[in-house]
Amino acid sequence: MAYNDTTRTMYQQTLQGLKDAGLFKQERYIHSPQAADIEVEFPTGSALKKVINMCANNYLGLSSHPDVVKAAHEGLDTRGYGMSSVRFICGTQDIHRELEHRVSDFLGTEDTILFPSCMDANAGVFEAILTKDDVMISDRLVHASLIDGIRLCSAMQDTYKHADMAHLESKLEMHQDRRHRLVITDGVFSMDGDTAPLDKMVELGEKYNAMILVDESHASGFMGKTGRGTHEKYGVLGKIDVITTTFGKALGGATGGCVSGRKELVEMCRQKARPYLFSNTIAPVVVTGILRVFDILTASTERRDKLERNAAYWRKGLTEAGFVLKEGDTPIVPVMLFNAKLAQDFSRALYDDGVYAVGFFFPVVPQGQARIRTQLSAGHEIHHLDKALDAFVKAGKKFNILGKTKQEIIEIYGN
Amino acid sequence: MDELKDVILKYVNAEYVEEGGDPVGFDTPLISGGIVDSFSMVSLKRFIENKYKISIPDDQATPEAFDSVDKIVVLVRRFTKT
Repeated sequence: MAYNDTTRTMYQQTLQGLKDAGLFKQERYIHSPQAADIEVEFPTGSALKKVINMCANNYLGLSSHPDVVKAAHEGLDTRGYGMSSVRFICGTQDIHRELEHRVSDFLGTEDTILFPSCMDANAGVFEAILTKDDVMISDRLVHASLIDGIRLCSAMQDTYKHADMAHLESKLEMHQDRRHRLVITDGVFSMDGDTAPLDKMVELGEKYNAMILVDESHASGFMGKTGRGTHEKYGVLGKIDVITTTFGKALGGATGGCVSGRKELVEMCRQKARPYLFSNTIAPVVVTGILRVFDILTASTERRDKLERNAAYWRKGLTEAGFVLKEGDTPIVPVMLFNAKLAQDFSRALYDDGVYAVGFFFPVVPQGQARIRTQLSAGHEIHHLDKALDAFVKAGKKFNILGKTKQEIIEIYGN
Repeated sequence: MDELKDVILKYVNAEYVEEGGDPVGFDTPLISGGIVDSFSMVSLKRFIENKYKISIPDDQATPEAFDSVDKIVVLVRRFTKT
């Protein structure tokens, strides 16, 4: 038997090492739909606790919206539960293609192809559209799913310092001898909550003949005046060659992702992207839910407007209380703690006071950059935010970090 | 010879060390120390090849060979025609 006692002991020691280093992650069981208020069982076996959720990607509050749920029910009734197929064999319904058209209209692109997730979209897109004669130049803080997709591609790989346009330009100059150049970035960076300067990147792309790919998973639905995304915010609608995004965050919160952009690049994905060719199609129940999400978003901007107000209110409150925050204007607001154990203890203190927000630490964020990543939702009301602020301030006082600088916090807790 | 080491050290610090970060030295582990990841190694290889007009075969452009400025200098000298 391969998995003998010696092997088992080795893995147990590795896992114990994670616990000793304060890097062990634990799941908490939620017994209610996703919303601003949720009921949580933590620790396992304990009584359910009602808490305010400050860490969901439920940016527009649509994860449990009754209209979306109703549309999903209609999908079950009219199109069944599952397709038992990949797309190109017998897994494409009319509603899949309808959704692809809706996404193209919303994002301002030529065509779209659905994937089971944006993780799959990012895993498949690069190898589908590039060869070993090309080069990928990615921001050093791109999402893990982009890193994985880049690793799967045979094209040359290079990076530029985070959002550093001068450094990007030097790389574009260096790689003029490659057949194609593809610059890769997040639109909104998921751990820091800052944005990529897409206007400047498009200028560089035009100057150095480079395509641009943007992962808009933390942007689609609410960035920009009408929620089209980071490209709308920076005034470059129609100028991004490839957009990948997810339906698992603002756009309903269920599952699914896509590649959207120049029609030939999308068609290359349809012909060659491995997750598209080898993974099951999105279930009809999810497709009809997402279609209703787009109905809601195109009818009014009230949800993304409310999200923007909530984010500003929250950031102001935390800043005035004396927390160290990452700067930005998105609904991702990282409260910096720098020490992994502090982040976990702080999260537990918040939970005891009825606020659910999780500590992020290595390897999810760089070593020494532990934080509580808070995320706002249009489902939050002011009373949620006020109660959450009170809990943060109370925990901040308990751990003696209010009004302290980064250096002072590290001197107390280490990093 | 010192100029070669200095040029490479200067490039590594400009390329990989973030503002406010500790500068690397000649023997600082770059790849094994997590300062240079496998993606970023390519620009280092291209810089060296372009600067010194050499071509380093892919099977010799290993993380071990690029793991410090000192080791990179050894690699450059091996492929530099004198």
